[in-house]
Amino acid sequence: MALPTKLHLEIVTPDRALVREEVDEVQLPGAEGYLGVLPGHTPLLATLKVGELWYRVGHERHYLAIAGGFVEVLPDHVTVLAHIAERAHEIDVARAEAARKRAEERLARPSADLDFERARIALMKALIRLQVATRARTRV
Amino acid sequence: MPSLLDLRRRIRAVKSTQQITKAMKMIAASRLKRAQERVIAARPYAQRMLQVLNSLATRVDPESHPLLRAGHAAGRPLLIVITADRGLCGSFNANVIKAAGQFVLKEGRSQEIGLGLIGRKGRDFFRRRGFDVRFEQVGIFQRLTYAHAADVANAAIDEFVAGRASTVHVVYNEFRSVIAQRIVLEQLLPIPRLEGAAGPTTEYLYEPVADEIFSVLLPRHVQAQVYRALLESNAAFFAAQMTAMDAATRNSSEMIDSLTLYMNKVRQAAITREIIEVVSGAAAT
Repeated sequence: MALPTKLHLEIVTPDRALVREEVDEVQLPGAEGYLGVLPGHTPLLATLKVGELWYRVGHERHYLAIAGGFVEVLPDHVTVLAHIAERAHEIDVARAEAARKRAEERLARPSADLDFERARIALMKALIRLQVATRARTRV
Repeated sequence: MPSLLDLRRRIRAVKSTQQITKAMKMIAASRLKRAQERVIAARPYAQRMLQVLNSLATRVDPESHPLLRAGHAAGRPLLIVITADRGLCGSFNANVIKAAGQFVLKEGRSQEIGLGLIGRKGRDFFRRRGFDVRFEQVGIFQRLTYAHAADVANAAIDEFVAGRASTVHVVYNEFRSVIAQRIVLEQLLPIPRLEGAAGPTTEYLYEPVADEIFSVLLPRHVQAQVYRALLESNAAFFAAQMTAMDAATRNSSEMIDSLTLYMNKVRQAAITREIIEVVSGAAAT
């Protein structure tokens, strides 16, 4: 059986369908580590954590920030059900920066009622957003 | 016979009402457009979610997860009723409340059914009648987000898993088109039996293990269902309001027309009477 040469990538969130494209390669933030997917990948179902997702079309890489969700991988198909997903150029850097400061302060001075896990996730989200946003600016 | 002045005043009153209904129609129309776009944008997620669940269903034992198992026999049915926060939208709220009432009657004694109420209109109605209200959400439609849906879904899941609810249903207005809404009653929990994907089933790798994915995926599925119901209801509300306000505007122009006609007749009659008086007065001298 000939292996497929392209992946049909679909990224959807509860609010919108974000990406529907033929791509060559995808990298996903899996719950147990980053996953690289090329055409012809074994069927896989995985949960996603907060992280950076990129996909490559030809020589061009596109970056997205993802916060949690699921992915279904088939040999010629990748479906991402993300809780939150943003393209690099859509990210509000000022807001992410503010969120990072807030989360850092909360973690630095833990009060009694601090939900540590939530604060940690908030910080992760902010950091990933910032990281993805810089990618958008460095790539010309 | 009403005086000319009374009629003029009346016409003015109807005109100002018409201005208000016209403005409300315009507002509803513009909000409807946005609400409609959100419904359409939310569809792919729900569809994909269902596909993934279906392809999983054949591989996982339905008894393995509490959200798939039949509910606790001791529990009582729970019904989530989605109405709007505001009126002036025709029979939109009344229809949902009626459907909820039928569900309650069918299930037996009214006090034995738990209700989850979303929207001010439904909450006021059922609260006043002493129903057992488990949770309620009011005023969420102005800024509807996924988090609201998650709150509602999690409250329902809690009731179900704790054994207080034997089933969870949701009743709401589905957005069919601008002129048509349809009342929908859906079973939310236990999650209706999923149909396995047709054709040969693919062997998946799971990361983490399948059970763990399932326990994250299923609540998420319930949330997505509630989210969709809320979006549909929101769009249907604006559609209903637009139609109702359009009808009201049309009715008031009809009313203005007939009042104007009547007023002209009255004026004519008054003029004729005056002329007769003048003429007969002249003839008498």
